Amino acid sequence: MINSSSDSVKKLNSINRRMFITGSLKFFIMIGIVSRLFFLQVKENKKYLTLSDKNRIREWKLAPVRGEFHDYFGNVIAGNFEAYQLHIIPEQVDDFRYVIYRIKDLLELSDKEFKKVLKKKNEIKPWETLIVSDNLSWQKFSKVNNHLYDLNGVKPVISISRNYPFNENFTHLIGYVSQANQDDIEKTEAIKKNFVPGLKVGKVGLEKSFEEKLIGSNDIERYEVNAYGRRISQLEFQKGEKGKTIRLTIDTEVQKLANELLKDQAGSICVMDIYTGDIVAMHSSPSFDPNLFVFGISKDDWQLIRNDPMKPLVNKTLQGNYSPGSTIKPIVALSALENGIVNTKFTVNCRGHKHPMELYGQSYHCWKKEGHGFMNLRNAMKQSCDIYFYEIARKLGVDKLSETAKKFGLGKEVFGDLFSIEKKGLIPNTQWKKNALGQGWLLGETIITGIGQGYIQTTPIQLCLMTAQIGNGGHKIYPKIVVDDENKQNPIDKFSPLYKNYRNIKIVQDAMFASTNEVRGTSYKSRIDNLEYQFAGKTGTAQVKKITEKDRELDLKTFEIPYEERDHALYVAYGPYKNPRYAVSVVVEHGGSGSTTAAPMAKKLFKLVIDRHKIRQSINDKKYLEI
Amino acid sequence: MYQHTRLTTNRLNFFQKFRNYDYVLLICILLLGFISLATMYSTDGGEILFHTKSHFTKLVVFTIMMLIMSFINIKYWFSIGYLSYLAVIGLLVATYLFGITSSGSQRWINLYFINLQPSELMKIVIILCLAKYFHRMKLENVNSIYTILTSLIIIILPMGLVIVQPDLGTSVLIAISGIAVLWFAGINHKYFIYTMLGFIISLPFIIAFLKPYQKLRVLTFLNPDRDPLGAGYQIIQSKIAVGSGGIFGKGFLKGTQSYLEFLPEKHTDFIFTLFSEEFGFVGSAILLVIYVIIIYRIIAIGANCRSYFAKIFCYSFGAAIFVFITINMSMVLGLLPIVGSPLPIMSYGGSSMLATMIGFGIVMSARVHNQQMIA
Repeated sequence: MINSSSDSVKKLNSINRRMFITGSLKFFIMIGIVSRLFFLQVKENKKYLTLSDKNRIREWKLAPVRGEFHDYFGNVIAGNFEAYQLHIIPEQVDDFRYVIYRIKDLLELSDKEFKKVLKKKNEIKPWETLIVSDNLSWQKFSKVNNHLYDLNGVKPVISISRNYPFNENFTHLIGYVSQANQDDIEKTEAIKKNFVPGLKVGKVGLEKSFEEKLIGSNDIERYEVNAYGRRISQLEFQKGEKGKTIRLTIDTEVQKLANELLKDQAGSICVMDIYTGDIVAMHSSPSFDPNLFVFGISKDDWQLIRNDPMKPLVNKTLQGNYSPGSTIKPIVALSALENGIVNTKFTVNCRGHKHPMELYGQSYHCWKKEGHGFMNLRNAMKQSCDIYFYEIARKLGVDKLSETAKKFGLGKEVFGDLFSIEKKGLIPNTQWKKNALGQGWLLGETIITGIGQGYIQTTPIQLCLMTAQIGNGGHKIYPKIVVDDENKQNPIDKFSPLYKNYRNIKIVQDAMFASTNEVRGTSYKSRIDNLEYQFAGKTGTAQVKKITEKDRELDLKTFEIPYEERDHALYVAYGPYKNPRYAVSVVVEHGGSGSTTAAPMAKKLFKLVIDRHKIRQSINDKKYLEI
Repeated sequence: MYQHTRLTTNRLNFFQKFRNYDYVLLICILLLGFISLATMYSTDGGEILFHTKSHFTKLVVFTIMMLIMSFINIKYWFSIGYLSYLAVIGLLVATYLFGITSSGSQRWINLYFINLQPSELMKIVIILCLAKYFHRMKLENVNSIYTILTSLIIIILPMGLVIVQPDLGTSVLIAISGIAVLWFAGINHKYFIYTMLGFIISLPFIIAFLKPYQKLRVLTFLNPDRDPLGAGYQIIQSKIAVGSGGIFGKGFLKGTQSYLEFLPEKHTDFIFTLFSEEFGFVGSAILLVIYVIIIYRIIAIGANCRSYFAKIFCYSFGAAIFVFITINMSMVLGLLPIVGSPLPIMSYGGSSMLATMIGFGIVMSARVHNQQMIA
């Protein structure tokens, strides 16, 4: 009580007043904090709960199991096999240097491969999986397994990977898979969705076309992870779906024969069912082993394929633009008949090289030096007389010819957009030339178009379709490779007639029959007399370069001409003649003449194809029985 | 009644002191200690590891110390007001000269048996010192230039020593403790208003003088998403943790944000985040209620004290504790920029707990000896 009491009271009043002010301030601040807590924990709880789960839960996708390709009979032509792989998780290894050198010895890795592995190791986090080897042989795999006691942290893994059991037989048809690149991911939604590092996707062929069906869906593992990304525990495992199996119309036996026939030659073989449009075989030669691409092709292998002068990377069946040569003659003849330019009695005199057809100072020769003499349609087709076809082409005109040719499937993609690489070919007409080249059409160009030279270009599959549609009596068909392709509806104009007069088709068919089965026919040597196998066809020999007078005088044999300048050999046919079912087109690049090179191949094909017809039918019957 | 108690409590024996004890406050402090232990156990991943053990030891030792302090007459605490201030200033100077550097700042001093952070002690000692300074002052002298300058020097001297460590957060808290005393001592409220206005006006200049990392903190506070993995990481993760707790929390030992190490500094500054994640809105509210009761009891004790020194100490200490709590919580809830400020008792850290317990000890002593007059 040293202070005067009045001062003491004043002081107390002051402090109590200020305490009151402070207290109210505290109250409001407290309310502020509580409402903030309420806002975060009650009102925004969902948002933060999601964020917290996003923090702690991470998904790992595993590569999906790819769907298979089966042939018509259910044989696997592109399947999956168990690849033996070696994985290391670096942080689980006590002495990484020791282990990795030990593995190098065991697997006999080259220095280059070894460096690659070390580089990969530096790129990943220590708890991520390092794939040391993705496709080990069984010997090496078992060797590593035997030494596992010494290799702490090394995991032998069996993983599913693509396998092509028939190696090069189906390469151009099916294509191959390889690691997905940025472009694949951006362009295809299914790949984007299912992408995992190391995912293999179709690069060309049907593997690419049916990517979305084949790819399947990922297995998904959900893990709880900590702030550094380390997995703490597995929360869930979601099994993915295997990709769909796609059954093709292909007959492996026929495909194998096609491979054999074109061995060491460049060219293409197609076999087609003339009613259903089923592709029984489709081969482009030379081919290569698609298995090489699955784990990344080596530089040497790649150079070998890339630099091959026969161009194995080109799918000649779909991408090869060839002059059809004389194989166009059935269409020329049909067009002339349909348009009433000629009848069967119309004749032209072919007088050999000394008296070629002359037009505006240009001369047009027949292939036969001595000439064929008086030719009517049947004989001209049978002996492939050029003079006759020059004459009717001149009378017909290129526009009418192109109309008929397009009707029969030339000049546009046979498979629509199924194969991105398929070429259209070219069926020229006056309008086209004006638009594309800005020049008027010359009559001389019509004349050589009549024997399938000049601007006209066709792919082997188009020639096969053309022949099939002549063989089935002039009805439209839609070729297909995949059985039960639900994406493709049956077009309404299937089997609609492509002719004006059915008799005209019969005349052309008869002429083609003569060409193969009668003496002096161009492919008479390749005929089969047995009615069951008898077929009708048309040879073609497409010039690669213009024949000069000098060449004509020299008249060299095929083997005397340099490879690049030799003629392409073509052959189209359908059979059996009495009850037709299959059409064949054969193109052999620089093969010489159609009658000597291509027609004998067709003969062998028909034998096998018709033999296998019954088996093919029985599969069909069984299918219906089961339903 | 008033007369009666005055006569009987002039000299108290041990049991009388015991009867005078504020058991509500004591129970709340013990409860808080228990909660902090449980939370520390959770930060150790549900095991009794270093942090739990160490926190337990400190809690026991400092609680006993607080009890002992509370039995010592308030006169004694009054008498050592200036001395303790000078001692802590000495420690701060020593820290400046021989302190231990850790994570870029020199805050600790090695006293052989303990690593002490004198700046934490200063938060309490400055109240003690200023309370003594204003105890005998007449109200008309309080607003003299001389008094104001002296008290400002008392505040600015430790602030300067703490800022150079550097530790802006703690120095601001020291200032707040000091200013609280000035406020209760009755310095004209005009000064506070002018200072506040002056501070707001000079804010842009202050920001210009801030160190880059401090500027970054302010910018991050204004928009945490500008660098979610860098400067904004702490506050974003803290908000996620609190927000994901929901009404009832994720459950004890089940806070994923802290377990999976998304939460930084979970032992110290962000301990409330962890607690809030595991016990939710309800748990956090209960914790807040405990703190409010503690502060209320401190103020109530002050209100009942006859001695002006005890009164001003209790009020100021109550205000300071309140500020420490709200600053820490506002920080982890994203209401304030990140400044290093522990949550009293809950956070791991000996110096902070020592300082808080000293404060409680003196408050208890004031309660026990509340009829004591200080000459």
